[in-house]
Amino acid sequence: MANLKETILNPILKGNPITVLILGICSSLAVTVELKGACVMALSVIIVTGVSSLICSLLRKTIPNRVRIIIQLVVVAMMVILVDQVLKAFAYAIDKQLSVYIGLIITNCIVMGRIEAFALGNKVWPSFLDGVANGVGYGLILIIVAFFRELLGSGTLFGIPVLSAIGYTNNGLMILPPMALILIGCIIWVHRSIDKSIQEK
Amino acid sequence: MEYLSLFVKSIFVDNMIFAYFLGMCSYLAVSKNVKTANGLGIAVIFVLLITLPVNYLLNKFVLLPGALSWLGESFASVDLSFLSFILFIAVIAAITQVVEMIVEKFLPSLYSSLGIYLPLIAVNCAILGGSLFMQQREFANVGESAVYALGSGIGWYLAIVALAAIREKMSYSNVPAALKGTGITFMTVGLMGIAFMAFMGISL
Repeated sequence: MANLKETILNPILKGNPITVLILGICSSLAVTVELKGACVMALSVIIVTGVSSLICSLLRKTIPNRVRIIIQLVVVAMMVILVDQVLKAFAYAIDKQLSVYIGLIITNCIVMGRIEAFALGNKVWPSFLDGVANGVGYGLILIIVAFFRELLGSGTLFGIPVLSAIGYTNNGLMILPPMALILIGCIIWVHRSIDKSIQEK
Repeated sequence: MEYLSLFVKSIFVDNMIFAYFLGMCSYLAVSKNVKTANGLGIAVIFVLLITLPVNYLLNKFVLLPGALSWLGESFASVDLSFLSFILFIAVIAAITQVVEMIVEKFLPSLYSSLGIYLPLIAVNCAILGGSLFMQQREFANVGESAVYALGSGIGWYLAIVALAAIREKMSYSNVPAALKGTGITFMTVGLMGIAFMAFMGISL
């Protein structure tokens, strides 16, 4: 049981996919201008990593080693198509706003990385939890970044005016893409100051 | 003139790294020294230049609503656009594989300099992202998509070589312990991105 707890907590804190392993940054930073988009993106990634880990773990004994990458890609692509179609049907505006980044979950290294490193060698239930936990760890960073960018950049949270109501002048720089990188840099800085064991030499 | 404008725009204004964060993982992982960054950059330009026109044709003649009408009247109402992710990624994976074999056979010196980076490119977001942007922007013909591919490839190449050069220099400087490695790299990329924003207003 302790092992399962480790599986869930490790990717969220000590082995966070973004700040520690530096995986899956590509498809995410551009969606952090607004909290709403970030939440939808985080949720999509959680579903895709969780379910594709589950499927690949179910298939782990039947997948021949030589063609595993292609099979993983097909499973992941199928999940992403499903998520994309659901979003198109029920949240068209957000799907338009996230544009190509939903499709780019396919090449998100977290998904492939977890399948390769964990799901192919473990039982179904731990693999599913591992996928979900990695998605959560990833979504957490996404939401933190989006929180600061939306709050300081447009003075709102989920579109509701917060800072702008008390006479705050919007900092346009926070909306520009480079600020996402600098914010993640700061998150890494804080994270590694608290947990010295993950500092690089 | 239109081609030139598209070309310059895709290098500087719509830079894959600084404006869209595409291909960030390999960008951060492989930019420790200029030589390998050079190899990966060239490989990306190469693969983008081949996959984008192919995916353009695929999109135009297979995926778009009514695209299959060249097969006959009864196919005119078929809409396969929901299959685009899976087909694009399959094309990219297949083409990188084929390109790898061809380069290995006919250009062994190039192959040894690109090394392991060619196969890695199949999962590089910049390539799939390029195809998806191409689909979204609805380019008028194959030429435009090829120019866009070349431009964004060169933009990616410039960005990775520049970052690698900065990181080589930075290894001699005194960075706070908690920021060492990734932290400072993120901030460097951010600052480079702000510098690249100066190109924003360019119009040709």
